[in-house]
Amino acid sequence: MQATKAVWLLAALGVGVLAEALVIDRWFSLSMVALTGIQAFFPRQQYFRFQVALVLLAILILAGGLFAQFHLSLDYMIERTPSLLGLELRDGFLQGAALSLFISIVSILLASVIGLLFALMRLSLHPVLFGISAFYISYFRGTPLLLQALVIYLGLPQVGITIDAIPAGIIALTLCYGAYLAEIFRAGIEAIPKGQIQAAYALGLNRLNTLRCVILPQALILIVPPVGNQFISMLKDSALVSVMGVWELTFIARMHGRASFHYMEMMIAAGVIYWLLSISFELVQARIEARYGKGVRA
Amino acid sequence: MSIRVQSVSKTFGSFRALDNINLDLEPGKLVALLGPSGCGKTTLLRVIAGLEWPDQGRIIIDGRDTDAVHARERQVGFVFQHYALFRHMTVFENIAFGLRVKAKDERPSEADITARVRELLNLVQLDWQADRYPAQLSGGQRQRIALARALAVRPKVLLLDEPFGALDAQVRKELRKWLRQLHDELHITSIFVTHDQDEALEVADQIVLVNQGRVEQVGAVQDVYDHPATAFAYKFLGGANRFEGVINGGHLMVGNTPLKLEGLVPANGTRAEAFARPYQVTIANNITGAESAIPITIQRATIRGNMVRVDATHAQTPQQVYEVELTREQWRGSGQTCGQPAFLLVGSLRAFAIQ
Repeated sequence: MQATKAVWLLAALGVGVLAEALVIDRWFSLSMVALTGIQAFFPRQQYFRFQVALVLLAILILAGGLFAQFHLSLDYMIERTPSLLGLELRDGFLQGAALSLFISIVSILLASVIGLLFALMRLSLHPVLFGISAFYISYFRGTPLLLQALVIYLGLPQVGITIDAIPAGIIALTLCYGAYLAEIFRAGIEAIPKGQIQAAYALGLNRLNTLRCVILPQALILIVPPVGNQFISMLKDSALVSVMGVWELTFIARMHGRASFHYMEMMIAAGVIYWLLSISFELVQARIEARYGKGVRA
Repeated sequence: MSIRVQSVSKTFGSFRALDNINLDLEPGKLVALLGPSGCGKTTLLRVIAGLEWPDQGRIIIDGRDTDAVHARERQVGFVFQHYALFRHMTVFENIAFGLRVKAKDERPSEADITARVRELLNLVQLDWQADRYPAQLSGGQRQRIALARALAVRPKVLLLDEPFGALDAQVRKELRKWLRQLHDELHITSIFVTHDQDEALEVADQIVLVNQGRVEQVGAVQDVYDHPATAFAYKFLGGANRFEGVINGGHLMVGNTPLKLEGLVPANGTRAEAFARPYQVTIANNITGAESAIPITIQRATIRGNMVRVDATHAQTPQQVYEVELTREQWRGSGQTCGQPAFLLVGSLRAFAIQ
């Protein structure tokens, strides 16, 4: 404990000295040192949380300090934030972060349906269904998403199918994430003990009802964390559809940045928006786990 | 409902799990499928349930051939060794589940389902646990819920696969008694698998003794215990003294001692074994020469209640041990003490040729 405290004091001093060196504010450096002094007298129970809070605070302040060094225009960021968020419609449709969110939600829903379908095909003993599913999963997991998006957007018109950028992006994301979700679903289903299925049969259930009432409810609870992971990942990968000229968050950020040479401001602002969206997903996921995890999770 | 098993065989790869099994089980009985692990008893139970398909043979439940009948249509209740309760449902929902998933025209009303579940929860004495999840229950409680779940759909036959196998000794004892009482109330034809001979003797009406995929013996519990039909039955059901020797002139020669035999006697010169349970033999100081008497040395006497268990060894070959069960009076009357030479008196035995 003594050693930890010593390290803490040193760290706080370091932060203070660094802040001093960066000439942010003398009061700031002094208050950092004072804070560290306080923690030595903190009750043991809250000690850990206090430490964590302090670490986060320090990181935030450091990041702020770094940010200040760039001499970026905070005013410009604030001014353009509504545009990045997509608070106004463009040609009667969503744009910015709203569009990113829309694309992600639609894609993850479609990908879930496809993923479940291909997982079941993969688990079936039918050679054709198994073969198709194995190929699909292998191909879409094994090639870059950017490539898939371009093939769909640029390749399909060559065979006479023209498709708008937004649907093309949704299709690409759906197909790619469907492959990942298929594997997640398969693992979830296979994790259900065989006894559960036999118990269902012995009670008179047919295969479909066994899947619907016994296997899926348990499997779905098991796969909430990895699916949540995929969803967050999808939100960020939706940036890739900007190459097709879709006016989503990354596209708009780059557009503003290019026009006014405030590139860095726009990238940071967009990054913060993505991050806040991801955090809100994490919170939703935690609530779902807590609510539906009863019984299945020990 | 009666259950008939007709020349059922099943192999897993090159392993013959069931080898031409024939059984005729009366309705309303509680039957134990007893045998060592790997003998095929669980496979037989699963074949009867329709969870496995036999390679050959037929299962006839209540006069109806189940050849093409899937497990879900056989109307059997199945209780698994590891409970297999639905983890995502409360205790109440687990029991109600079999009723809820019935086809619309067969499904009872919600009120009837609730009443039935309440009734079963009372039967298994767990009505206060209705809203809990299986993970929150103890092993014994889970198994009782599993039984209630199996009974909810009013099965014709109740099948239990080592129902107490995963429970600790104390709980196992309680549940045995409880299952026996439950069966006395319900009289539903039941088969339970066990490798524990005490469990089979204590709980069942009838025992089906299985070994290496074959039925060794079928009969009422007392019959099977008192009159084992094979050497295996002797060895597996309750401890027995074993006498090994060669058949000579209608006797089994154990060392120099001829033992009298009854029943079918193997041919002269055959190596054979015979068995006698500890309570079927006695100890004597001297002999007339007419009895089958093996010279022994008494090693130890343990008194428990009114019974005395005597451990003895063969006088010439001390690695051969015998066990004798006497009452206190018999033990006192024999005037024996430990370390003393004596004779083990054996009645007429049945000899089994050693293959």
